[in-house]
Formats: sequence, C-alpha cells, structure tokens
Amino acid sequence: MPLGTYKEALSARSTEQKILDVSQDGGIVSALLCYALDEGIIEGAVVAGTPDENWRPTPTVVTSSDEVIAAAGTKYSMSPTLSALKDAVRQNGLEKVGVVATPCQVQGLRKAKAYPFTRFVADKVNLIIGIYCMENFPMASLDTFATAKLGFDDLTDASKMDIGKGKFWLTKDGEDKGLAIKETHGYEQAGCNVCQDYVAEWADVSTGSVGSPDGWSTVLTRTDDGESVFKAAVDAGLIETKPMDDVKPGLPLLEKLAKGKKDKNTAERERRAKMGVRIPTIY
Amino acid sequence: MFNKLKKAFGGSSEPEAPKVEKKVEAAPAETKAPAEEPKAASAKPRIGYIHLSGCTGDAMSLTENYDILSTVLTDMIDIVYGQTLVDKWIHGTYAEEMPEMDVCLIEGSVCLQDEHSVHELLEARKKSGLIVAFGSCAVTGCFTTYARGGQQAQPKHESFLPISALVKVDAALPGCPVAPEMIAKTVVAVCEGDLDYLKPAMDWAACDKGCGCDVLTNVIRQGLCSGCGTCGLACPTRAMGYSEGRPSCDKDRCIKCGTCYLMCPRSWLPEGRIKKETGL
Repeated sequence: MPLGTYKEALSARSTEQKILDVSQDGGIVSALLCYALDEGIIEGAVVAGTPDENWRPTPTVVTSSDEVIAAAGTKYSMSPTLSALKDAVRQNGLEKVGVVATPCQVQGLRKAKAYPFTRFVADKVNLIIGIYCMENFPMASLDTFATAKLGFDDLTDASKMDIGKGKFWLTKDGEDKGLAIKETHGYEQAGCNVCQDYVAEWADVSTGSVGSPDGWSTVLTRTDDGESVFKAAVDAGLIETKPMDDVKPGLPLLEKLAKGKKDKNTAERERRAKMGVRIPTIY
Repeated sequence: MFNKLKKAFGGSSEPEAPKVEKKVEAAPAETKAPAEEPKAASAKPRIGYIHLSGCTGDAMSLTENYDILSTVLTDMIDIVYGQTLVDKWIHGTYAEEMPEMDVCLIEGSVCLQDEHSVHELLEARKKSGLIVAFGSCAVTGCFTTYARGGQQAQPKHESFLPISALVKVDAALPGCPVAPEMIAKTVVAVCEGDLDYLKPAMDWAACDKGCGCDVLTNVIRQGLCSGCGTCGLACPTRAMGYSEGRPSCDKDRCIKCGTCYLMCPRSWLPEGRIKKETGL
C-alpha cells in the first residue's frame, strides 16, 4: 500500500477562478481551507506563506479566505510550519485549526496528538491537509538552480516555481525554463533521505499534482473528517471532480513515485543504521 | 464513565485488569513481604505524590484534569501519600511512615543539601513498586539546573539533581509542566495496562538531561532534521527559533526541559499508536 490508507482517490480542481489564478495545480488546498473557514469548520489555519515574495517560506497563520489565497502555491524550501501552530492557538486564540502539512509535518502533528507533551495545542487541530512531497530544498539550493543552472540573475526574478513532468521549472517573463530532476539530486536536505512517506499517509486528506492532468490535483480522502470536509466542498460547488480512472497518468504514477520513495529511503535508513548513526526509533 | 474516559483519551476499547501489569514492571521491592502482595493487588492502584524541588506546576497540571479527576480519584486510583494532595508527609503532617505504594509520582528535582528531600526520595524507592519522574524537573532538573545556592531561606541549597541521580526511575513524563492531556492519557494507559503506550515513557526513564541543543546534537547533526517545526511547537519558553529551516536554540531562554527533542518526530515516532488513533 504505497499510498497508505484512503477512502477515495479523485482528480479534482477548484471551481473558483481567483484560486486557480494563484494556485499551484488544482487549488484544492486553498479551496478546502476557504470552505472550512467560511463554514466555521476551522477558525484559522497554519500554512507556509511567502510574505516577502522571495520564495522563502514563512510559517503563517491565516484566518480569512483572502489570507489563504495570498499564501497559495507550493514552496520548495523548508517552512517550520508547526512552530506557528502555537501562535495560532495562543496568540490568535483559535480553538479549531487547520494545518497544511508535508508528510514529515503530519508525522510531527500526529505524534503531538498521540503524545501531547505540550499542553492544549495539538488537540486544537481538527483538519490536516497533507501535501505530496518527495523532498525539500535549502534556499541555497534553489538559488543554485536559478542562477548557476538556469542562468537567472536572481531567484527572485522567477514568478513561478514548479516541479512536474520530470523537471524543476522556473518561470520568468512568462517563459518557462526547466531543469531535469536528475540535476537537482544531491541538493535536497539530508533529512528527506530517511522519509518513507510521499503522500502524507496520516493526513485527513492528501493532495498533490501527481496522477492528474495539468491544472488538476489528485486527492486522497483518508479520515472521516477529511472525507466529510472534501465532500461538503464538492457538494457546495467549490470543487469539481473526475474519477481517477478517467484521467492520465492516473494513480499508477502516484503509486510508482510513492513506492520509489519508500524503497530508496528505507535503504538509506538501513545504510545509516549499519554505519551506526542515528535513525528515528519506531514504536 | 470509564468507557467515556477511554473514548475521550483514545484508549483501547477492551477493558483490562489493571494491577497485574504494574507488578510486572515493578522494580524488585525487597521490603515487601510476599504475603502482602495479593491483598494489595485486589484494590485500586495506590498512588503517592512527592513534591521535591519544583514549582507545583506539575501537580497543578494533574488537577487540571477537572473533567476526569473525580472519576480517577473515586473509581480508578487511591492517593495514599502526598503532602499537597492528601496532607500526608513523613516529615511533618499526618503520616508516621510512608505507606506501600504501587506508583509514586515525583515532582521536582532533588536537592542534595535538603535532607528531607533526599530521605523522602530514597524512602519512596523502597516503598513504591514504580517510581515515575513527573515533570521535567524530576527528569532532567529543568530550570533548577541553574540553581547556584546563596538564596534565602536556605543559602546552602545549591545542588539540584534529576531524581535518577539517586534512585532508579521506572518511567519519565517530562514537560514543563507535564501536560494535563499527557497525564490523562497516561493514567488511562496505566489503568488499562496498556504497556505499548507507556513504552516511550519507560524508555525515557534513563534520560537525565535535556536541552535545546539536543535537537542540534541528535537530529540536525545526524542528518535527520526536516525543518517541520515540531520543536518550536514543543518549547514552553519559545527558545526555539529557526534559521534556514533548522531550529536554533536561544540558550538564554532554554530551561533544559527536554521537550523539544522528546516531541521531534525524528527522535522517535509512535507509529503503532498513531495508526490506532487515526485508523490509518
């Protein structure tokens, strides 16, 4: 089961143009957050924003649709998002919080719920939207891709950043420049090399571009909570869906990538264990 | 009520007899006459609470479980010793000697120059099947680490050690203070004999130090950090900042409670428990 436990897999897209204008793919994360905020399912969310427009992610608390949309789009560097959860609960006083989380962040959050050593924070999270993640890059790696490899003067010249179709893409003045994924290998952070989760297996609902056509996202509903929010957003007309069987490349590609990450990084764990350096203890 | 408790805190659905597992985990208690054991095992677990050098925050966290406290106290446990909770203290208030206990929770570090603390701790080890270091002061010394002596009313009191420096500890519940929900989940696990849930706390018993630099030493320097931010969420004093996606501890704010590393998903990950709680 490379995709973990899930109820339903669908290809989906936001129906709102203002979301699609700024979203990475199908705008599912933004659509779900906006819906959950508007309906009072959550009072706010913790996300990775880029307030300085320099591609450097900053953990951000959002409490309105406008703030969600301002923070839309994937960031390819680390955002210690969970650290802002404390702000959401303590400063903002939010009782029902959504979190947009990479697989490692979902793990941190689920651990914090299972073993709540920090008082009354993790229990306020009632919606975890997981995003597919193969690996993450230090800012200096992104700078290298932009300047040394793609010939940009500066990373901030890029108006869009994306990974898809086997390439890392930067867009400048409407023109896309692609770098083969192979060229990015060795630039990811080392901590990603021991992660065996590509599809945020413990999220309430997971989403990402892989498996669906351009402009669409592949959604995996996992928990009852995740399924009900997603279905309600679909019923409200905010998200349109297609069966995965009707889209290319479909679930097989997602499964292939998820299994590939598991296999590769399980081997890396074994390699490190053999060397005698630390790997996480699993209970 | 008990079922409601279990539901609220994610316990397993099948009830189990509590006492047996405790005995399994009990350190060999040489003072107990074997004939006494069955009698003891027939009642609710006998809990002691000892307050050494700490701020009472952990006891307050315990009492913060208002919603379940009456059930816990009437149906699940008997508190048989404790200065604050039941007005029994071998050095003063009503208690000539420390009673036998199944579990003794110890809050606070132990001050070597305080004869009462040292005596009470050593006595508890003799009288209790399990010793639980309750809260970070007992586990690591926490902020009492910085004590230097020279203060009123006891200028000589300057050495404050984790309790594991003097006695064998069976389980540790760090936190500054230990979180109310964590106490509640642990109580449920103890009463159910859910050793799977208690395993990390038992493994943590060997821990006698904690610091914001643990995430540097044991996570970043081991190539394990993913920059998720859990340590920042964990830190009770906001000592944890971030630079280039990595935690950076402000040493002037760090109280050495150890929570940052404890909560890091790359230190240990309770996969079994998470799957059970989420059904995933």
